[in-house]
Amino acid sequence: MNFYGVKAIYNFEMSRMRRTLMQSVLSPVISTCLYFVVFGSAIGSRMGDIDNIAYGAYIIPGLVMLSLLMQSISNASFGIYMPKFSGTIYEVLSAPVSYVEVVLGYVGAAATKSVILGLIILATARLFVDYSILHPFWMFSFLVLTAVTFSLFGFIIGIWADGFEKLQIVPMMIVTPLTFLGGTFYSIDMLPEIWQTISLFNPVVYLISGFRWAFYGVSDVHIGISVGMTLLFLGACMAGIWWIFKTGYRLRS
Amino acid sequence: MQPDISVKNLNKVYEGGFQALKNINLEINRGEIFALLGPNGAGKTTMISIICGITNMSSGEVRAAGFDIVKDYRKARETIGLVPQELNTDSFETVWNAVSFSRGLFGKAPNPAHIEKVLKDLSLWDKRNNRIMTLSGGMKRRLMIAKALSHEPRILFLDEPTAGVDVELRRDMWEMVRKLREDEVTIILTTHYIEEAEEMADRIGVIRQGEIILVEDKTQLMSKLGKKELRLQLQNKLEKVPGELLLEPVELSDDGYELIYTFDSQQEQAGVARLLRTLGDIGIDYRDLRTRESSLEEIFVGLVHEPAEG
Repeated sequence: MNFYGVKAIYNFEMSRMRRTLMQSVLSPVISTCLYFVVFGSAIGSRMGDIDNIAYGAYIIPGLVMLSLLMQSISNASFGIYMPKFSGTIYEVLSAPVSYVEVVLGYVGAAATKSVILGLIILATARLFVDYSILHPFWMFSFLVLTAVTFSLFGFIIGIWADGFEKLQIVPMMIVTPLTFLGGTFYSIDMLPEIWQTISLFNPVVYLISGFRWAFYGVSDVHIGISVGMTLLFLGACMAGIWWIFKTGYRLRS
Repeated sequence: MQPDISVKNLNKVYEGGFQALKNINLEINRGEIFALLGPNGAGKTTMISIICGITNMSSGEVRAAGFDIVKDYRKARETIGLVPQELNTDSFETVWNAVSFSRGLFGKAPNPAHIEKVLKDLSLWDKRNNRIMTLSGGMKRRLMIAKALSHEPRILFLDEPTAGVDVELRRDMWEMVRKLREDEVTIILTTHYIEEAEEMADRIGVIRQGEIILVEDKTQLMSKLGKKELRLQLQNKLEKVPGELLLEPVELSDDGYELIYTFDSQQEQAGVARLLRTLGDIGIDYRDLRTRESSLEEIFVGLVHEPAEG
């Protein structure tokens, strides 16, 4: 195990986050705070409870998950795309590091950043909305698991992308709509039956449902299914990365 | 003695079917400076990229410091430092962080004293806290070398290291390369500046259209393939080469005041004596004579423009 190699990549990526604090942390925190102000405090106070939870508190897990997914993908995809773009990837490819170590460095740093951001958003939410966490251990575990899974997904996007536009396409065109339609602002039980069935094909439903269960003990789908689906997606991302390094797809000609 | 770099039957065919390397066989010894010369697109960078692990080979076997670059890639890569052609840097990082990153990446524990030495040797110490984007092109080139030396490699690849740098920096780099050789670092150099190879290399390899067409000790190469030229400045103008000299490799300059006699470096000097004797016999006087040896550049140009066999 090239421990120093993993540490070098990890520290390099974390230092990039410190350099871009405004963009990496402040910007998503402010965006999420606006949601809390508008939907939590302003409109939320006029909305009815869902599953006996005040609307402002009900949307917190979904909004944290929205930022977590977007930032995990963005951090990891930029992390690996930038060396490809600038040409410095030659150094990683010629170094005595295995692909597992490369992934540990890049994805580890991206997931760390996302978890830190998720915790900051949670702390900030306290300023606007009152909420409780019923299962803190599971809440944190879900946070980490989701951050790692979507950082792996972001890593794949970063390797696949051959331009900045492609880096943005998947988060903006796919992940954001799936998150909005995945129960961030409502329970899928509130939808007509046909849309409930269709919603079950949205993987983000399972993430938000599981995360909300950790907060309030209520969920759209069973917690076991939520964890299982997240692990399934994690496994699919790991398989994708294994294939990328095995074939050298867009890395080694 | 086991070579530091051993390449056997190396082939590279890109996806589109273009064969960049054709059955390359090459051995480079420990502590030597090997210059790989070839025109653009000849396969120099492809070969270096394969040895360093950046590009996959299609077939063949490559060993670095005795380690197979595929099966034992970690040990092989630990021994190699690469200075690529392009100035690829992380613009927002500081010089110190960038060099420390490279050392860590290659599995070496932090060693600020070594980084300091490398930066001082390359006149980058004063810039250690500067962001890379603020450095000049020459400074960036030094930084690339510092990064490659950060993990104390025993094999160093310099892919066009002095492209676009000023004369002073080029001389500094040559000096640095010589110092590295004193430390038994094996250096593989590709360059377009033939004088660079002439100045530094122990052996020369010439690659053309993906094939190594020659590997030779530099001195032997220059003596074997080099040409010598004897120029005689005549007292009186000649209209044409005298008939007595038609069998000799003699040309007349355009103005008719100079006879140019070309001969192989290795050839015995008897031809010169015979020529001078003949000139005396037929009454052609000359007021001056000078000789000149062909440069490595001329040899190189001659080699790469020879038609390929087959």
